[in-house]
Amino acid sequence: MLTGTQDFQGEAQRDFRDLASEEFDTRTLLRNAADQAVVRKYEDFLIVDTDSHHYETEAFKEIAEYIDDPVMRYEAKFQGHSRGGFTAETGSYQELAGRITRYPLRKTEKVPTTKHRDLTLMERWMDAMGVDMAVMFPTPMLNLSNCPRIQVEVTMAKAYNRWLCDKILTEDPRIKSMLYLPFHDPEASYEIVKEFADRKGVIGFMVTSTHYKANYDNAYAKTYHALQERNLPLGFHAAFTWTDQSLQLCNRFIGVHALGFSWCNMLHMTNWVTNGMPERYPNLKTLWIESGLAWIPFLMQRLDNEFMMRTSDCGLLKRKPSEYMREMFYTSQPMEMVDNREALELTFKMINAETQLLYSSDYPHWDMDLPSTIYDLPFLSEQSKRNILGANAQRLFNFDPVWSPVKLERKAARAAKAGRAAEPAGV
Amino acid sequence: MAEVRVCKKGEIAEGGTRLVKSGPIEIGVIFHKGAYYAYRNVCPHQGGPACEGLKMPQVVENIGEKGVHLGQVFNEEDMHIVCPWHGWEFHLKDGTHVIDPKHRLKKYDVIERGGEIYVSI
Repeated sequence: MLTGTQDFQGEAQRDFRDLASEEFDTRTLLRNAADQAVVRKYEDFLIVDTDSHHYETEAFKEIAEYIDDPVMRYEAKFQGHSRGGFTAETGSYQELAGRITRYPLRKTEKVPTTKHRDLTLMERWMDAMGVDMAVMFPTPMLNLSNCPRIQVEVTMAKAYNRWLCDKILTEDPRIKSMLYLPFHDPEASYEIVKEFADRKGVIGFMVTSTHYKANYDNAYAKTYHALQERNLPLGFHAAFTWTDQSLQLCNRFIGVHALGFSWCNMLHMTNWVTNGMPERYPNLKTLWIESGLAWIPFLMQRLDNEFMMRTSDCGLLKRKPSEYMREMFYTSQPMEMVDNREALELTFKMINAETQLLYSSDYPHWDMDLPSTIYDLPFLSEQSKRNILGANAQRLFNFDPVWSPVKLERKAARAAKAGRAAEPAGV
Repeated sequence: MAEVRVCKKGEIAEGGTRLVKSGPIEIGVIFHKGAYYAYRNVCPHQGGPACEGLKMPQVVENIGEKGVHLGQVFNEEDMHIVCPWHGWEFHLKDGTHVIDPKHRLKKYDVIERGGEIYVSI
């Protein structure tokens, strides 16, 4: 049984491993990622992961205690909160029926009792990958906006945000979050911005993209204004739902996932641009999360082409849609990169990746990307790699860097080996 | 060619995997239906520990007359190594990716001698 760093290192140095008797541990699963971090000398620069997740379901009993309404609190504790099983209407099988082993095994991972389980699990994968800071989002709650009971969405949003601020964000300065806005209730969204904007670790607010409310609605004006006033970015985090009527035509998860994650952000981006939101809120920064990158050049071309024939449709726009889109921010994962190097390079150019793209892993989800997906791209300069891996996020969110202790130790060891004192870390 | 001792014959259960090291190189040795297979424990996709994943049969879609879909079955004769990081699948027998053989796990020869199993590096 692995109980601490020492035992874990002892296991790592044994000359064989028998999988039949080995317990699951994030550090073992990500051992190859840790090797990549060493080889690529990630300790030389900051890496910020702008889209990662935890499973709030594992802490749901704690979160439920934060629900104000006692009747709802009781109901939430009784029912629990998860995506349901094989026959659920949102019947996801992201884990490929067990092929992605961290899904079923995560619950068996042993952690010390001295700190919150979510913090330990986050720190383990971050240190393995070489990630210094991570923007953490929930997992099943990405579909909370599909709950037909708006009161439940609002109640859960408040409870989750309070729990997150109290239990996680105050404890670890390496972990940040953009807090959930219950988009079906504009007034509640506004109240949440006011209540949480100044809490430690809150670096913006997030709308999950699988919803059926138009983002140009005047009802959101004061929320957008409040965010702009506070210089806090608004994120649109893509997701999928099999309850979407058109996606119900798909009988394979690959179809729902590939289309759902990009479609919802294409829809909201189109409304955002054609309604002139970048002109109405010129200083409100938007971040488009977890739709990959291939949808952006498509939408730029499509909207530009139609806009030049229909400028009267978009009275607020002073430039082409693609020019506004090029000033927005995007997270990288899941980056489309099978046999398409030229298309990827062109995509990077079209979105000004050097300043607008933010690396994201989406760990622990099945389609996660390691920092090497960016670092190994042959068409990027060293500075561009560092921008995308960390500096762009630092600039967007305006936070002070907090380094991984593992990377600091490695840097110090290298400096000591070279016979000189370690230089101060810098981006 | 160096040899790395893996285990005694019979020590790895059917379908099991043992990981051995030779310097920085980790090799997964898999026992399946009386045969041993050895591959480097690094996926060509993003570097995941491929040998530590499930061993799953090929999924076959049965198509009947006039293109009618009749359902799915497993083909147990074509076992796959599934990388646990992202699910990339490789043929157990030769380590090639099940769709694009230009992606492959590095294969090593397995030697049985005197009741012991070795990998040739």
